[in-house]
Amino acid sequence: MPHPPATADPAVSLARVTVAFGAGAARYVAVEAADLSVAPGEFVAIVGPTGCGKSTLLNVVAGLLKPARGRACVQGADVSGVMAPCGYLFQQDALMPWKTARDNVAVALEPKGVARAEAISRAQAWLTKVGLAAFGDRYPHQLSGGQRKRISLAQMLIRDPRILLMDEPFGPLDAQTRALMGDLLLDLWSADRKAVLFVTHDLEEAIALADRVVVMSAGPAARIVAQHTIDLPRPREINEIRLDPKFHTIQRAIWNDLREEVLKTYQAQAGGAA
Amino acid sequence: MSRSTLLAWQVGVAAALLAIWHIGSSVSIFGIYFMPKFFFSTPADVLGRVWKMFATGIVWKHLWITLTETALAFVIGSVTGAGVGFWFARKPKLAAIFDPFLKAANSLPRVVLAPIFMLWFGLGIWSKVALGVTLVFFIVFFNVYQGLRETSPVVLANARMLGMNDRQLMRHVYWPSTLTWVFSSLHASVGFALVGAVVGEYLGAAAGLGYLIHEAEGVFDVTGVFAGMIVLALFVIAIDWAVTSIENRLLVWRPQPHQQS
Repeated sequence: MPHPPATADPAVSLARVTVAFGAGAARYVAVEAADLSVAPGEFVAIVGPTGCGKSTLLNVVAGLLKPARGRACVQGADVSGVMAPCGYLFQQDALMPWKTARDNVAVALEPKGVARAEAISRAQAWLTKVGLAAFGDRYPHQLSGGQRKRISLAQMLIRDPRILLMDEPFGPLDAQTRALMGDLLLDLWSADRKAVLFVTHDLEEAIALADRVVVMSAGPAARIVAQHTIDLPRPREINEIRLDPKFHTIQRAIWNDLREEVLKTYQAQAGGAA
Repeated sequence: MSRSTLLAWQVGVAAALLAIWHIGSSVSIFGIYFMPKFFFSTPADVLGRVWKMFATGIVWKHLWITLTETALAFVIGSVTGAGVGFWFARKPKLAAIFDPFLKAANSLPRVVLAPIFMLWFGLGIWSKVALGVTLVFFIVFFNVYQGLRETSPVVLANARMLGMNDRQLMRHVYWPSTLTWVFSSLHASVGFALVGAVVGEYLGAAAGLGYLIHEAEGVFDVTGVFAGMIVLALFVIAIDWAVTSIENRLLVWRPQPHQQS
């Protein structure tokens, strides 16, 4: 597939982005003045305690949410409405339950004006890439959670978006399936480097996958508190890289930043309950 | 319980009921029939009458009329119900304005509308169709309205992120979702279409199964009433079987086709 000409513009850039819900006394600030930039082809993971607004930030980039203040840009253009260069992988099941796996993947090409017959054959090729070539005629409910995620991945990638937004995509899966999905993702990603913004609560997953890990503080008014570059060699294999001594050094360093925020969240919740 | 034992039990229950009916109506116990023939007829007479109705072919015309009314009521009621449900689900303000009127209309026992419909549409099939439509409309309307408002926001957001425009969202998300809810109310709405047709015929008509039963009742022909009821029951079973097979084909993507009704 042809690559767009390389530009100096970052794939994603957020400048002093603040997101708030409600107004007046009920106003709740989810994210406060977040600055973040993702270079083309860079894999960035965002970690933070539960409810810190990681997904909120992702939705701003996707154009699903409007920030109260600040500026969000995708490939140098201001975010307005749903952004075409972005693909989004949701945490929950997002496949159309009334379509077969193949149709779910093929339908993603319809907005691009691809003819149906061609869309179907390209969808079949993508099913093969995610290891589900023989499952094209199954409906989502006839597939396991991991298989549905693979179909969602194919549905997102078939459009060839330049930027991938992933909201705890492997959260609902069991540990083994998660590792396999992570490997599959890295495999597909390294074949054609796209910018990735990957939200997760799992620090190990973040380190194993990403080039850079961004740590967010506890909400409300969550901020970006730290950024760590992960200079582990690629290609990586999730279950192997976890045993690397360097992995543990990095993990300890990030956990030092993260622990404080996680504790704050727990204390806030305990305070709220008392 | 195995399939054959179950069947044996079911046949046994049917035989026992028929035997009680037969003995009660044709064997005198201490000079008393505890199910007098005049009120209960006898199983043999009733089955003989059903046989005669089919053998002479007089029943076909009535079955055809009732079937036509049921089908028309179902189609018109479903289309309008789905249409309005769809419209209201996408226009919450409109729905809020009409909410009390719809609730009031739905709470009205529909049978009381039958005489009005007779006046408006005459004694032909259309007064029965109208009665059936008022029943079917609300079932489909409420199903589609509720169903669409519960359309998974994630599926919708995902479709948007795939770049779908309004027309494509309609075709790939809203429309299939609406159809699902129409189909999930299929059994109930076909049943109510039939109720509308038969009740309408019963109250005033010149043909149809409801008319047959009413006519027999008018001349104290209890055998005729029971025979009519049996034909009606067979008719309903046949329709229900047809609906189930259609449903199984259309809702193949759903985990359990009979979860909702």
